Amino acid sequence: MIEPLTLWIVIVGLGVGSYALRFTFLGLVGDRPMPGWLLRHLRYTAVAMLPALVAPQVVWPAATDGAPDLPRMSAAAVTLAVGLITKNTLAAIFAGAATLFGLLWLTAV
Amino acid sequence: MRSTTAKTHRRVTPYWKGFADGAPFILVIVPFAMLFGVLATEAGLNVFETLTFSAVVFAGAAQFTALQLMQEEAPTLVVLISALAVNLRVAMYSASLTPWIGAAPFWQRAIAAYFTVDQSYACSVAQFEKEPQMTVPQRMAYFAGVLSPIVPLWYVSSVVGALMGTQIPPGWALDFALPITFLALVAPMLRTAAHVVAALVAIVTSLLTAAIPYSLGLIIAGTFGMMAGAQAELWLDRRRLRDD
Repeated sequence: MIEPLTLWIVIVGLGVGSYALRFTFLGLVGDRPMPGWLLRHLRYTAVAMLPALVAPQVVWPAATDGAPDLPRMSAAAVTLAVGLITKNTLAAIFAGAATLFGLLWLTAV
Repeated sequence: MRSTTAKTHRRVTPYWKGFADGAPFILVIVPFAMLFGVLATEAGLNVFETLTFSAVVFAGAAQFTALQLMQEEAPTLVVLISALAVNLRVAMYSASLTPWIGAAPFWQRAIAAYFTVDQSYACSVAQFEKEPQMTVPQRMAYFAGVLSPIVPLWYVSSVVGALMGTQIPPGWALDFALPITFLALVAPMLRTAAHVVAALVAIVTSLLTAAIPYSLGLIIAGTFGMMAGAQAELWLDRRRLRDD
């Protein structure tokens, strides 16, 4: 059982801490010029962080208790391929979802 | 007047473009928030505490971490540091958004900071890079548009999970909505060899560091990917200069 005081300290502390993480750059740096080397790194934040975030979930999905799963890995590959070829996010989402559900259905029957 | 009316009819405004781009994330947000509601209730939180937790902290993965550690009766400071470590990536998102919207009024940036999460960040950077000619107000409108379909559902689904104690059935495979939507956003962003290098280095590092606790492997992987991208860009620029 979680103590109410502990819970509220965590809620408030985590709220303030998470906000500080997000506010520091956006709020305090704002439109002040940033050095070239930093901007050069920030150009690659999205293409580095987002694939890194999903890679373990693709290879070891929590839904299969970490066992590599053919439908999920195929769905990820199709999503990436359609996204690269068409440059269309929505088309990639539909292709990936169709692959996932198609293969899940095939492996279930 | 007439021409502006005609124009708004023909062209989708940045806000509604953002709204449409954010809508697919409903499939990610709803199961995630419902699951938080269910687990929070099982941990003994009431509905008010659950909603306040979701609303004040507004960071899915960090909330799960904090809840888990509190149940294990970890010291409060450990709970806070661990959950903040899980959320460290949003500091990088905030830095990455600053060149695009840093010129917006302070109050808008203060609000945008609260709403800087995986989904709003991923959609916004993809759109800002695709149409760099967008003005700062247009970018802020787009950012608000992305959040509009998902934020109310984040709160509501937390409460629904807490009240009903029911989850989306695992057989729906919505666990994989997050990888699919994020990969679909990233693929069109891989415009240059440097972008591809950044993504590949980040993926390999992330798989090698997946065992490091509190998502710190992700921070290492992201940093390595960014460094690889920056170095690849410098190298490609130098080679282009030499060839010219």
